[in-house]
Amino acid sequence: MNRFAAFLDRLSYEAGRNAKIRLMVDYFRSVPDPERGYALAATTGALGFVHAKPGLIRQLIAERTDPVLFGLSYDYVGDLSETVALMWPAPAGAAEPGADHKQQPPPTLAEVVETLSAALKPDLPHLLARWLDGLDETGRWALLKLLTGNLRIGVSGRLAKTAVAQLGGLEPDAVEEVWHGLSPPYTELFAWAEGAGGRPEARDPAPFRPPMLSHALEEQDFDTLDPQAFCAEWKWDGIRVQASAGERADGRPVVRLYSRTGEDVARAFPDLAEAIAANSGFRGALDGELLVVRDGRVQSFNVLQQRLNRKTVTPKLVLEFPAHIRAYDLLVDGTEDLRALPFAARRARLEAFVSRLADPRIDLSPLVPFGSWHELGAARAEPAASGAGVDADAIEGCMLKRRDSPYLPGRPKGLWYKWKRDPYLVDAVLMYAQRGHGKRSSYYSDYTFGVWRTVDAATAARELVPVGKAYFGFTDQELLELDRFVRRNTVNRFGPVREVTHAADSGLVLEVAFEGLQASTRHKSGIAMRFPRISRVRWDKPPSEADDISLLERLLAGRISA
Amino acid sequence: MRPSDVLKLTPAGLCCPLGGFHIDPLRPVERAIITHGHSDHARAGHGAVLATAETLAIMAARYGDGFTGAAQALAYGEALELGDVRVALAPAGHVLGSAQIVIETKPAAGPVLRIVASGDYKREADPTCEPFRPVGCDVFITEATFGLPVFRHPPAASEIDKLLKSVALFPERTHIVGAYPLGKAQRLMALIRAAGCDAPIYLHGAMERLTELYQEHGLALGDLRRIPAGSRRDAASRLPGAIVLCPPSATQDLWARRFADPVSCFASGWMRVRARARQKGVELPLVISDHADWDDLCRTITETGAAEVWVTHGQEDALVHWCTQQGLKAQPLHLLGYGDDGEAEPEDRPADDAGTAGAEP
Repeated sequence: MNRFAAFLDRLSYEAGRNAKIRLMVDYFRSVPDPERGYALAATTGALGFVHAKPGLIRQLIAERTDPVLFGLSYDYVGDLSETVALMWPAPAGAAEPGADHKQQPPPTLAEVVETLSAALKPDLPHLLARWLDGLDETGRWALLKLLTGNLRIGVSGRLAKTAVAQLGGLEPDAVEEVWHGLSPPYTELFAWAEGAGGRPEARDPAPFRPPMLSHALEEQDFDTLDPQAFCAEWKWDGIRVQASAGERADGRPVVRLYSRTGEDVARAFPDLAEAIAANSGFRGALDGELLVVRDGRVQSFNVLQQRLNRKTVTPKLVLEFPAHIRAYDLLVDGTEDLRALPFAARRARLEAFVSRLADPRIDLSPLVPFGSWHELGAARAEPAASGAGVDADAIEGCMLKRRDSPYLPGRPKGLWYKWKRDPYLVDAVLMYAQRGHGKRSSYYSDYTFGVWRTVDAATAARELVPVGKAYFGFTDQELLELDRFVRRNTVNRFGPVREVTHAADSGLVLEVAFEGLQASTRHKSGIAMRFPRISRVRWDKPPSEADDISLLERLLAGRISA
Repeated sequence: MRPSDVLKLTPAGLCCPLGGFHIDPLRPVERAIITHGHSDHARAGHGAVLATAETLAIMAARYGDGFTGAAQALAYGEALELGDVRVALAPAGHVLGSAQIVIETKPAAGPVLRIVASGDYKREADPTCEPFRPVGCDVFITEATFGLPVFRHPPAASEIDKLLKSVALFPERTHIVGAYPLGKAQRLMALIRAAGCDAPIYLHGAMERLTELYQEHGLALGDLRRIPAGSRRDAASRLPGAIVLCPPSATQDLWARRFADPVSCFASGWMRVRARARQKGVELPLVISDHADWDDLCRTITETGAAEVWVTHGQEDALVHWCTQQGLKAQPLHLLGYGDDGEAEPEDRPADDAGTAGAEP
C-alpha cells in the first residue's frame, strides 16, 4: 500500500500526459499481481465497495487527537483526509524501543480491496484504524482518498489503459476491446500485455467498441475532397454514446451506454437503458448522440447538462429531461459485426434497425442532402432552413463521412470530418494572469478576461467585469509575447495571480472564441462560457473598444428563448 | 528575578537589558548575539556581534568584512560574562554554526535563572552541522515554524531516494530542486552523496559562495559545477538528466526555461501540505526541513525541563495550547520579521528574475 501511495502521490503532482504514462508503466512493471491490478482498478474508478463517510473519519481522529489541535490543523490544511493522514498518531507503544507491542505491518492494496469488498459497515472503523496505524503519511492519505472514493489524480481510464498497452506492444484500442469483460485485479490482461498469455476472451455480452473519431475540416481540404464521395449529417451538440445490448447465457439482457471514453453511463439514464433492455429488437451496438428531447424538440446542451452528473436520478428528473438517442451508425446487428462494411451499407442496416425498434426514444440522425461544398456550407450556416427545423439550436455544424469508410477505432485519416459552426467571438480585456502547470510553469499562460459593464448610466461610467478564463488557443510564439506582456504590465500580485493593467487606454484586448453561454450564479458576471479559447491577440485594439456585457447578455437571452 | 526582567520584547527584537545585548535584532543595535546566518536573523550594521565563528564567517561572506564594528567568536560550550549575565552558546542543528543562546543570571542576584533562546533548530541528523544539544533551563524560548501536528518530517534519506528514482525514470529531463542557498542546499548535496550518487550537481549562481564556505569548513560535497553559460537554445546548457540546485523562487522563473523539460522540485518542510506544493507548481515535493517538526518540538520542550515556554515565529497557538495541556506555563511571543514562510530568504529574492548569465533581461 505504501508503494501504491507513493505512486498515487507522484501521479497527483504530475501534469504531463506522457510523464503520467511513464509513471504508470514503471509501476505496473515493478509491482506484482494482484497489487498492480487493484491499482489499475483504483485509477480507472473500477473499485466498488462501501465508501467510508467523512463522519467516520472525523470520529476516528477525534478519539485520538486533541480537538483544539485538530481544529487548528484542519483549518491550515483545508482537506479532511489529508489532515487526518498527517495527524494520525503513531500507535501506542510503537515508538518505544524494545517494546513488546509490534507495529502493525502496512496492509497491501490487495488486502485493503479484498477485505473491504467483503466487509460490513460496522467493521469499517476497526479495519480503518488498524490500517492507518500501519501506514506512513502518504499511505494514510492514499487509503483515505481511496475509501472516500475521491482519488482525483487526473488520470482518465483511457490513459491507464494506454499505460497497460505500453507494457507490451499493444494498441490502447485493443485493451479497450477486451476491457469490459474483465474485472480487478486484471491478471489475464497484464499477462496478455506482457506476452505471457493470450488475449483475454471478450466474455461481456455488451462490450465496448472504441469509437471512430473525425478530424476537423480545414480550408484547404475542400480542394481535394470530392463531395460525391461523402455523406453529410448534422453534428449534434449532445454526448456521444454507444448503446450496446446483448444477452447473458441465461437469456437476461445486458445494456450499456458507453461514453466516448468507454465509461458506462447507463446508471444516469435508466429510462433509456430499461427501454433498450425490454426491446428484444435491440441486440447489437449503435453509435449515436445522447440528447434531451422535449415535445419533439431537441434541447440545447445547457438543458442536457442539467441532467448530467446528478448523483441520483429521480423520476421527476427523468420526466423533465427525457433522454433520447439520435442514431448515426450501426456497429453490430444482433451478433453480426458490421464494422468492416462501408458506411453506406451500415447506414442502410441502421435505418432498418431503427425502424424495427419502433421506439420514440431512438431515432435516426437524418442525412443532409447536398451537391457541392458550397451547398453544404449554406446548410451549415442555416440549419433551421435546411431541414433541421426546431432542432437547429442543438446543432453545432456538420459531419462528413466517406461513403466507403469502414468503422475504424481512433481517428483514422481521410475518412470522417467535422465541420463545426463558426464559434462565437468576443473582444475582451486581459485582467489577470496565472502561471500554467508542468511545461508551462514558468509562463503566465492562464488568462482571466473581462468585458465592459456600465455602472452608472448617467455618467456612462464603465468597469470591466470578468467573464471567463482561457489557457489555450495561442501559438508558442504568442505565449512568449503574452508572458512578456504580463510581466511588464503587472499592477498587483495576489499569491500566484498577477493583476494586469486594464483600463480604457492601457491593457491588452484578446479576441476570445467560445461555443456557447450559460447563466451561472457562480460567476460575478452571471455568465459562464463554454470552451473559451484565445483566437487572436489584438495588439492593435485599445481596451476601450472591447465589447460590452450587453452583447453576451443578448446572446444568452436569445439562446434561452430560442 | 522574573524572566521578563532578563529578556524584554522591543521593536528591535528580544533584548537583554542586564547584559546589554539584543538577540537576532531586526534593526541595527549596539551589541547583537546572532543565532545563525539566515538573513532574517543575521543582519548587517550592528555595533558589535557575538556568534559562533562559523556564523561570523557566513555573515562576512554575505555582507563583506565590514558587516559589524566588532566581531567576537564564541565556541559551543564556552561561557562569557556580559554585564550582569553569563552567556553561552549550544549547537542548534539548524545550519552550519547555528546556536542556541543560554543566558544565566548571577548568583549574587538571587536564585540563578537560566533562559535558553533556541533560535531555529532541528533534531534530525545533518552531516553539515553540529547536532542539537538540549540544555536544561527554566525558560525555553522555542521557534514554532512547523508548530502544528500535521508537520511530521519523514527521514530525509527517503525523500532523496524519491528524487534519485525520479531522475532514473526521467533521464531526459532536468530535475531542478529549489532549496535555500544557506544550509538546505549543502545538506541536499551531502544527502545526495550519502545516497551513493556521484554525478555532478549543478549550482545556481546564488549558491556558489556559501557552498564554498561549507567546503572550506571541511565538508566534502563531490563534483559540483556551475551551470554552463549560454543561450537557452544551447544544448550544452539544457542539462538533461542532471540535478540542478537553485533558490526556491528560481524554479518557476525565466531562468528555468533553459533546462530540458524540467521537473520542478522543492525541498522544504512546507511540502508536507499538498495545497502548498500545488500552489507553487511543484511536481516533485521533497519534505526535507531544517526546522524541528511537531514531534521534535514537543520532545525538545520536555527535554529542557523548562517550566515556562515562550513560543516565537511560526504557529504559536498550537504549541502554546500543547504546553498548557502539559501543565507548563506558556505564552506566544509575537516576534515579527522572522520566519520561513516557504519562500527564499529576503535577500535572495533578486535571483527571481536575474539568475545566472544568459537569463532574460
